[in-house]
Amino acid sequence: MSALIAFVSPVLLAAAEEGAEAVQHFSDGGALAANAWLIPVVPMVAAFLIVFFGKRSPFKGWGLAWLSMLFVAAYGVTLFLSNLAQGITYQGAVSVANIGTSPYGTGLELEWGWMVDGLSIMMYAVVGVVGFLVFTYARSYMEGDVRFTWFFAAFTLFAGGMLVLVSAPNIIQLIVGWELVGVSSYLLIGHYWEDHENSSAAIKAFLVNKVGDVGLFIGAIIISLSAGSFRFTDILDVVADGNQHSALARFGFWAGLALFIGAMGKSAQFPLHVWLPDAMAGPTPVSALMHAATMVTAGVYLLGRMFPFFMAEGFGDEVRSIIIVIGALTLLLTGLIALVQDDIKKVLAYSTLSQLGYMVTAMGAGAYTAGLFHLFTHAFFKALLFLCAGSVIHAVHSNNMSDMGGLRRLMPYTFWTFVAGTLALAGIPIFAGFWSKDEILAGIRFAGSSESGFDVVQGGAGLANFVLIIAIVGAFITALYMTRALYLTFFGTYKGHGYPHESPKMMTYPLVGLAFFAVVAGFINIPGVFHLFTDTVGTRFFGGFHELEHHAEGLHWVLAGFGTLAGVSAFLFGSMLWANDAPTQEERDRFWIPGLYPLLAKKYYIDDFYMDGIVRPVRGPVASAVDWFNGHVIDLVINGAGLLATKLARVVYWFDQRGVDGAINASAAAAGGSGGLLRLIQTGKVQQYAFLIAAGTVLLVAGFIVF
Amino acid sequence: MLINQFLLLGAALFSLGVYGVLSRRNAVLVLLSVELMLAAVNINLVAFDIMNQDPQAGGQIFALFVIAVAAAEVGIGLAIVLMIYRNRRSANVDELDLMKL
Amino acid sequence: MVLGVTFGDWIGEIENWVYAAIAIAMVYGAFRVVTTKNVVHAALYLVITLGGSAALFLLLGAEFVAWTLVLVYIGAIVVLFLFGIMITRAPLGYETKLSHPMRVRVGAALVSGALFLLVGGSLLDAYGSDPVPVAADATRTATIGQSIFDRFVIPFEVISFVLLAALIGGIVIARRDPEDAAVGKTEVGA
Repeated sequence: MSALIAFVSPVLLAAAEEGAEAVQHFSDGGALAANAWLIPVVPMVAAFLIVFFGKRSPFKGWGLAWLSMLFVAAYGVTLFLSNLAQGITYQGAVSVANIGTSPYGTGLELEWGWMVDGLSIMMYAVVGVVGFLVFTYARSYMEGDVRFTWFFAAFTLFAGGMLVLVSAPNIIQLIVGWELVGVSSYLLIGHYWEDHENSSAAIKAFLVNKVGDVGLFIGAIIISLSAGSFRFTDILDVVADGNQHSALARFGFWAGLALFIGAMGKSAQFPLHVWLPDAMAGPTPVSALMHAATMVTAGVYLLGRMFPFFMAEGFGDEVRSIIIVIGALTLLLTGLIALVQDDIKKVLAYSTLSQLGYMVTAMGAGAYTAGLFHLFTHAFFKALLFLCAGSVIHAVHSNNMSDMGGLRRLMPYTFWTFVAGTLALAGIPIFAGFWSKDEILAGIRFAGSSESGFDVVQGGAGLANFVLIIAIVGAFITALYMTRALYLTFFGTYKGHGYPHESPKMMTYPLVGLAFFAVVAGFINIPGVFHLFTDTVGTRFFGGFHELEHHAEGLHWVLAGFGTLAGVSAFLFGSMLWANDAPTQEERDRFWIPGLYPLLAKKYYIDDFYMDGIVRPVRGPVASAVDWFNGHVIDLVINGAGLLATKLARVVYWFDQRGVDGAINASAAAAGGSGGLLRLIQTGKVQQYAFLIAAGTVLLVAGFIVF
Repeated sequence: MLINQFLLLGAALFSLGVYGVLSRRNAVLVLLSVELMLAAVNINLVAFDIMNQDPQAGGQIFALFVIAVAAAEVGIGLAIVLMIYRNRRSANVDELDLMKL
Repeated sequence: MVLGVTFGDWIGEIENWVYAAIAIAMVYGAFRVVTTKNVVHAALYLVITLGGSAALFLLLGAEFVAWTLVLVYIGAIVVLFLFGIMITRAPLGYETKLSHPMRVRVGAALVSGALFLLVGGSLLDAYGSDPVPVAADATRTATIGQSIFDRFVIPFEVISFVLLAALIGGIVIARRDPEDAAVGKTEVGA
């Protein structure tokens, strides 16, 4: 441990002295980066092995999964540290195919590769560390489950898919990873598929994602064809050239919008957010890893990867206003719904949606580092909160807070780690969430100021300021619903059945680990003091856009103050409402605004709109029309082909009988007949033989004479 | 005298002998036709001998040997015909078809 | 058919007259051998043919062969034939047909005719008008005797064995079975 500190501290000090500039001297990372292709490959191989050999392997497949995540975590952290020491930018690739030329003359190369730069390294570390801790927890949580091995196979597949996504140096591989995580999400949400609700939730998640994916595909195609390459570096090269008349610039707005729609689907932005709460039907480790820390951040990652594109004037920058608005809407509306949920996992799900809104808003406002930093810290404390919830659910055997209460004495580890997570989420100073949320606020503020380029976009500055207000209100609401959850779950008297007890060590140790990160993870990017995170993610092939960002020289006291004020006041307000005990949870939960509450409870009727407006019509009339068409038109062709085949078979049969068999019989008859004829030569009469000899000789002689 | 007149005569006798061998039913008559062929051969031999003026008269000696062989052959042939006649009471070659399939 | 000699020239020589007469007789005899319906007549017609060939040999100057032919061929072989005919004739004057039906005869005629034409054509083509230089003297018997015991002594010895074999063979084949003799079976038609 001390050796680790000894190794790390000079690195930290050196990085701190670097200051605000991005690391100028990038290395190519040596063997560490060149072998980074192992990072996505090892989990994929492990998933494959678990599928086929899981039941027979030690720990029924969990061992393989856990080891692969340990490998990824170790590798990711190593890369992270060496990136801090000397920035790495490297992309390795293996060419798979060349699929011809784009309309603009360049070749389109399909590659499989691995990107090793600041952004990807950060994601590797997050997926690895959080994944490792969640996998440890999951062993104990999923104990006794009838599909234990398959669960870990799908979970490892997810990890592999996520790593494929974040290691993608080209947009096609990103889509591959995108779809992989989508599939694993479907598999894992529907893990308890015996209950029809759960499989419906899985399908809903998949289909809503798919709606977003349409945008992703269209965006990917437009961008890669107009830039002439699938590779991100090539695309961003075109952006860096700044040619306003290039194809990419002409289609930039639509491509960027389409890409953002894809991001909306995966990162559950309003109005494509509806799948995430229902996804809570899956086991808690799944919710912790996928629907809090990693999979849902894929959209934010995409925005980060294509960040210069969205920042560059004339390319994608007009989409920014849309991004900010959607992010802000998500942030606020979903946070409000969290106030009225009884299911603890649903509270956390809506909280995730809200935080994703923060990240997307940050990206839209141009606060690249802030958005990604929030992604980083959120991964830790949201996973922590989910795992605590899982621990509670495990003990109480119910998801609903109406069956909980007073658990703080019975489950101390869970309680204290939950508190740590809550404080981090609420943005209380010192804790991780404070630093990241503060940076986001600062970023939005900067976007709204005249120094940024954002104000030249129509109404950009005013929009940013409006969004800032919403973000601060969102911080208030965040703290409010978390306080509610805290009180209803851990305080008061126990309202449920049975005797809940603390979870086993295998579940509590990861909680402690994540809580540690929830506290300290924010320290690596204290404005004005440390710039580790900024330097890390700033290590990219294109650092130029970084200057568009605002790097706080120091803590923006006013904004930090507002954020903290919002959080603390929410906590106090919440304590007022929910700290007191009451015979039932419903009575405790007496926050009621007449018009707002039913609207919130019905989630703004969006789900109903989707169901009645889209799903039912398709299922009913459209589906039966298609079925009729299929049965009468398409099947007609098939049946016709079948009839034709039968008739043809008859003809062939006739031909076979008369023709072919006739030929055979005829040849047999011919053989017999000729035999009969030739038999006549064998008369036994020597004179006849002599005659034949003489005739033959005459013919031969004639032949010799003539020729 | 032309050589051809002798050779053609030999050819004619030979052809007639072939005709006799193929068309006669009586075994003795077949043998008779064979003798005819041998006579034709003799004419050819002697004619060539005289044409080539062989000092050692090889052709003529060959002809003598042919006569001797013809004698031997006729002896055996008639003995066989006799045996057949004894067994079957007929010298008809048509009836000698035990070798047929 | 290109003959260097015209028919008029050919007829001019007296030898050719003789030859023509003999040849016509021979061909007629041979023809009758193969077509007569009487077996004995066939053997006698053969005598004519053989006699004609002996005459031709004399014409060519091969005296020894000519007279040997008369002695052996006509004197012995034809007589043998007549004996054979006598023994194998059907009893009570019952004569079966001596030749095959017309069908077979036509086929045989075709074959032999084709053979004659081919051979004749080749001969005319090969020898054309080559003459036969008949020597002033006939071939001396001494010459032949000398050759037999000089150049052809081995064939001579072999011929004697052949004749011996024929002799023994003929006796063995034609003798009666000892059992039949004991039983007293007599020859049929004797």
